[in-house]
Amino acid sequence: MCICCFSKVKMPVLCSSCAKKRAVLKRPKTGHSLCKDCFFWAFEEEVHRTIMAAKLFKPGETVGIAASGGKDSTVLAHVMKLLNERYSYGLELMLISVDEGITGYRDDSLETVKRNQEQYELPLKIVSYEELYGWTMDAIVKQVGLKNNCTFCGVFRRQALDRGAIILKVDKICTGHNADDVAETVLMNVLRGDIARLRRCTAISTASEGEGVVPRCKPLKYAYEKEIVLYAYFKKLDYFSTECIYSPNAYRGYARTFLKDLESIRPSSIMDVIHSGENLSVREGVKMPVQGTCSRCGYISSQALCKSCVLLEGLNRGLPKLGIGKHHRLHDKILSQQPLTEKEERKLKAVDF
Amino acid sequence: MAAPVGVHLEFGGGAELLFNGVKEHQVTLPSQSDPWDMKQLLVWIRRNLLKERPELFVQGDTVRPGILVLINDADWELMGELEYQLEDQDNIVFISTLHGG
Repeated sequence: MCICCFSKVKMPVLCSSCAKKRAVLKRPKTGHSLCKDCFFWAFEEEVHRTIMAAKLFKPGETVGIAASGGKDSTVLAHVMKLLNERYSYGLELMLISVDEGITGYRDDSLETVKRNQEQYELPLKIVSYEELYGWTMDAIVKQVGLKNNCTFCGVFRRQALDRGAIILKVDKICTGHNADDVAETVLMNVLRGDIARLRRCTAISTASEGEGVVPRCKPLKYAYEKEIVLYAYFKKLDYFSTECIYSPNAYRGYARTFLKDLESIRPSSIMDVIHSGENLSVREGVKMPVQGTCSRCGYISSQALCKSCVLLEGLNRGLPKLGIGKHHRLHDKILSQQPLTEKEERKLKAVDF
Repeated sequence: MAAPVGVHLEFGGGAELLFNGVKEHQVTLPSQSDPWDMKQLLVWIRRNLLKERPELFVQGDTVRPGILVLINDADWELMGELEYQLEDQDNIVFISTLHGG
């Protein structure tokens, strides 16, 4: 009911920015009601300001956009292309996708990326687990089951993107991580007591950590998921939305649901959690892992062998548990190709993990 | 008695998976003494359309947090949410934000 004339006529809410057109959404971050055009403009300008404030790019750089075909990376590709033209960033953009080898999931989403390639006229490079590691996720799941498969996938994906970036000779990779993702990761690192990750997870960009690692950044770090989804919806962007068929990632699921529940009561919760993460400082004397390089493949690692090499060794030797849990003391044996004892083998073979 | 109300429902962003993968539904809500509102529509959807895991769509008497609702292409937060009274030919869209990005 209208509060001034007590009639039952529903008055459309007007845009609080232009005061002319009908508002289409209430922004979770500011509480403003905006019309479609004012929302597009506000969203794009905020990403631009994030990029400028953190000096994410330099003119002349080649930037790879990590593209999965999902909402975040599709919006990222769209906005990066648009801002690069609007503000003459002078960047050469391309899309990098990882094919994990998941039938009925990634093969479908890669079709979306291929359409994006044409829609945005950006070159696309797909790197696959099969060509990089000799294993598809389908084959890995067959061997390890559905319990720790996400560990394999996550570790392999990180390296795969770097490898793709090096093949394409890009200077930087940008990923579609949004504000909700960052807040979720802060919570997860708190819940797991992972202080090293907690300290670096809110950083908007990573410096080059060494040979074979390409610097990464998150231009959508302060963009709410709600706005990303509505931006894609109102712009009619073509994206793919199906859950990974192997994703039982329950722990992240709980953190996510918790955060969404908080957001529904207090929309600023997401920014608040990020703010907390950004301003935490770790007391001196807290033991941190020392970053080195993997003695087998040269990738960054805090152990003699990087996680990816250990996981791969486990797969190739039929000992899938090798990379799950703490088996650091076996690394020397693996490196020098010594045989494992029967007891060690038995422990690492079990699939009941 | 209010006349039956015809509404167009759309599920997207992965929410359609809870409705046998069907994205668009043209439905007719039967006539009843009071006008239909969003709260009643959600109960109706749960009873008549939802095929699996209802807890992924409704929570209490509202949608699960993380599902966006648009009424005639506007955020339902601007339209009174659960109290919004449906009109014939309304277009209601539910988009999940909970699926991979």
